[in-house]
Amino acid sequence: MIHLSDVRKAFNQGKSNEFWALKGIDLSVRAGKVTVFRGPSGSGKTTLLTLVGCLARPTSGRVRLRDRDISGLPERFLTDIRRSTFGFVFQQFNLLKGISAIENVMIPAYPLGRDRKELSARAHALMESLDIGPKAHSNAEWLSGGEAQRVAIARALINDPEVVIADEPTANLDSERSQQFLGIVETLKASGKTVLMTSHDPLVCDTAVVDHVVTLRDGQLVETR
Amino acid sequence: MSVWLHKQRNLLDFTLSSLSRRRGKTLGMMAVYTAIVFVLASVMLFAHAIRQEAAVVLAKSPEVLVQRMVAGRHDLIPARHLDAIKAIRGVQSAEGRLWGYLFDPAAVANYTLMVPTNPRIEPGMVVIGDGVVRVRSADPGDLMSFRAHDGTLVQFKVDKAIGRDSALVSADLFLVSEDDFRRLFGIPAGLFTDLAISVRNPREVAKIAEKIDAALPDTRIILRDEILRTYESVFDWREGMLLVLLAGSILAFAIFSWEKASGLSAEERREIGILKAVGWETGDVIRLKMQEGLVVSLSAFLIGYLLAYLHVFHFGAGLFEPVLKGWAVLYPKYRLTPFVDELQVATLFFFTVFPYTIATVVPIWRAAIVDPDTVMR
Amino acid sequence: MLFQPAIIALLLASLVGTVMVTASVPFAVGVLRGWDTASGSENQLEMEKRTYLVSTLLVVVLVSELASLILFVFNADRMSSLFVGAMCAVGTLNINDWGFPTLYLKIVVFFAASAWLVLNHVDSRGFDYPLVRVKYGALIALAPLMAAAAGVQLAYFLGLRADVIASCCSTLFSGATQITTDKLAAIAPEASLVALSAALGGMMVLGRRALVTGRGAVAYAVLSLVTFAIAMEAVVAAISVYVYELPHHHCPFCILKGEYGHVGYALYLPLFTAAALGVGGGIAQSSARIGSLAEAAPRIMRRCVGWSMAGFGLFGAVTAWLIWRSHLILIEQSPVNSILSILPGGPP
Repeated sequence: MIHLSDVRKAFNQGKSNEFWALKGIDLSVRAGKVTVFRGPSGSGKTTLLTLVGCLARPTSGRVRLRDRDISGLPERFLTDIRRSTFGFVFQQFNLLKGISAIENVMIPAYPLGRDRKELSARAHALMESLDIGPKAHSNAEWLSGGEAQRVAIARALINDPEVVIADEPTANLDSERSQQFLGIVETLKASGKTVLMTSHDPLVCDTAVVDHVVTLRDGQLVETR
Repeated sequence: MSVWLHKQRNLLDFTLSSLSRRRGKTLGMMAVYTAIVFVLASVMLFAHAIRQEAAVVLAKSPEVLVQRMVAGRHDLIPARHLDAIKAIRGVQSAEGRLWGYLFDPAAVANYTLMVPTNPRIEPGMVVIGDGVVRVRSADPGDLMSFRAHDGTLVQFKVDKAIGRDSALVSADLFLVSEDDFRRLFGIPAGLFTDLAISVRNPREVAKIAEKIDAALPDTRIILRDEILRTYESVFDWREGMLLVLLAGSILAFAIFSWEKASGLSAEERREIGILKAVGWETGDVIRLKMQEGLVVSLSAFLIGYLLAYLHVFHFGAGLFEPVLKGWAVLYPKYRLTPFVDELQVATLFFFTVFPYTIATVVPIWRAAIVDPDTVMR
Repeated sequence: MLFQPAIIALLLASLVGTVMVTASVPFAVGVLRGWDTASGSENQLEMEKRTYLVSTLLVVVLVSELASLILFVFNADRMSSLFVGAMCAVGTLNINDWGFPTLYLKIVVFFAASAWLVLNHVDSRGFDYPLVRVKYGALIALAPLMAAAAGVQLAYFLGLRADVIASCCSTLFSGATQITTDKLAAIAPEASLVALSAALGGMMVLGRRALVTGRGAVAYAVLSLVTFAIAMEAVVAAISVYVYELPHHHCPFCILKGEYGHVGYALYLPLFTAAALGVGGGIAQSSARIGSLAEAAPRIMRRCVGWSMAGFGLFGAVTAWLIWRSHLILIEQSPVNSILSILPGGPP
């Protein structure tokens, strides 16, 4: 579904502290599977995730989503693709403070101009299915780690994306909650979603639900399984 | 179309919710903004109301005034000039006027003396303006006496006081009868201070003025329109000067809003990053921030203008009177007639909302171009 | 004279607008030289981010140009009491040689800025920003235009001299002001109304064709400007006369006054919007040939043309209503009826 060929990404290009986070990656991510990017911190796995998830553009190389070359697209169009194709669950969950959980869930749908009532109904249904229905009107900062993550998952699913991307999903959770998370991943996979994660947690990498593990080091692919 | 509408509505909802989330900052911004609008609007409303007041008063004054000039100075005009003027076609009526100034040592103030023709004042009586009432604490029935030109005493009995409706011009008025006036200053009958002429067709004013000029070469002619024009430009000028002084405050305000908008807190930056990461586009974020600014500036404008309105028309514009009203000792105490002018509102809007918008565009853009992947770094 | 609040506001607005556009010129040059959509280099990413700033600034400029156009006319009308012989805005604008050029330049800047924004909108719908060079070339051209408008306006305001009470009679009799609209007003009202109804009818036919077949929007754009001119002419020659109900009063500004219920805004706002959108439709149409815009451009064109037609229709309807309402019978066998039959929606 997503194909990368010779993808490179530089930061601070042309300056003295120029730094290449990715140094030529060739990779394919298959639809309907669960893939994990593994590697030590600084290995470029998060950068790779941002390129796959249309959060950023590669400095060189090509990224294809199905048959479309998206590496040269300006931000406006990249965003358009991103919000309909990808849902993101961030490591710090990144919920907005001071507003309710349900509002957090609905935020990605605002620029799409969907009807407010339908939207709120969908958000409620999603939160019910993730067992956080009762927390819908609590403020985001009052939620526990596990609840916050599930709100973040609901937010990632609000636009019904094909691909769900999670950055270090278990880093802030204890083992029990991590297991619960993997349960959610399983249901997502069962409903036909593609799931992409970064992790160096063996608990995640070695679970049955994970189909592929891609290992990175110093901006290069080391191993693909 | 409905997609577009829903989008706008969702964005606006979110705008309001994020404004209320940062209540402290929003209110602080609003307070400064409102104060600026308040000051500017007070100046403009006040200046305009005064101009309006003057225009209302002048509207009742005669269209043409004729004064005699001797050696470049204003002199008494003989009544026979009236006949010459009445002979000109188009002149509806012409009459002599008597007026002047009288210094009252008891109050250390100058009164404006006038002889009204309709209704006439009984000899020995006087009608006084509001300011005179105050400085002399005179009530109807009281006696006031002055020294005439030859040293004799002339005594007046206060008949009544003029109301405060148009006190701006009438505060220092002192209305007496013709006989008393002539006695006080020793002006013989047959001489007037000037001549007031009314014209049947207002379009002929200029023509008639020309004819009078030709017939009476020793006079100068003043048209009401000319006075109005001078008033307008004098008041405009004063208002403009004040505004230029206030430009400093506008500038300070612009810097302040720049500072506020660019000094986004780490929390706000994080929020923008999150919004962009979850699928908001730079354009959406710019729209959101511009809307926030618009909500703040529109409400501050409304509140500030309303406060200024109350200040000028209900509390006598305590802050600016000395600057704008002038130099009279008999300082008028009165209520201005409320008057709101569209051009003025538009100008004021320009002066406040425009600098604010301009000052915030660049900082907003800076904040909005945060890379969406920053939240993952 | 410069110390009038409204004048300060106008000068400030045009100065700031000019500065903003001029400050974008170096960036525009950079785009013309180094734009490469395919590249993911940081330089390119920076440029793409800058485009958001420029388009936001241009929106602000457009809005302030429109507002200052209204303010300018409003202020000119109000200042007429300061000048001997000036009865309304026409008189004030005629005080010196720069008055009417200022007004015309402001109108031109308004149209130029709106055309640029349509161009920008169309361009941003194509994933490879196909018009980016055209757009920034146009921006470079816009800068001197705005500077010229600001300069002429400054010259106009500097040239105003307030009259003070004359202490001798010599200043009393300054001559009455000449009115430049004489020539326009001399055109027979019948002719101007017939021309107007023909032009509006033509716009409807062309617009319909553009909506149905997706072609002819360039012709529509050109004709929008022609119709704009004809409509302004008709306002001077006939419509204003119906509003004032005075056969010899032809002022295109007085209809904006409160005495006439600000009815002028109901005429001018639809007219200006319609003409600007009509031009926008032409721009959208001519960019439909570009591959990445093949889908978006015709859609934008239809939207522009549709709203433009609505604007012209509204202008026609307001005109017809004003004539119908008027107590003045200017033309016995009136072309009013023919207008009413041509206009969409028929008589009010």
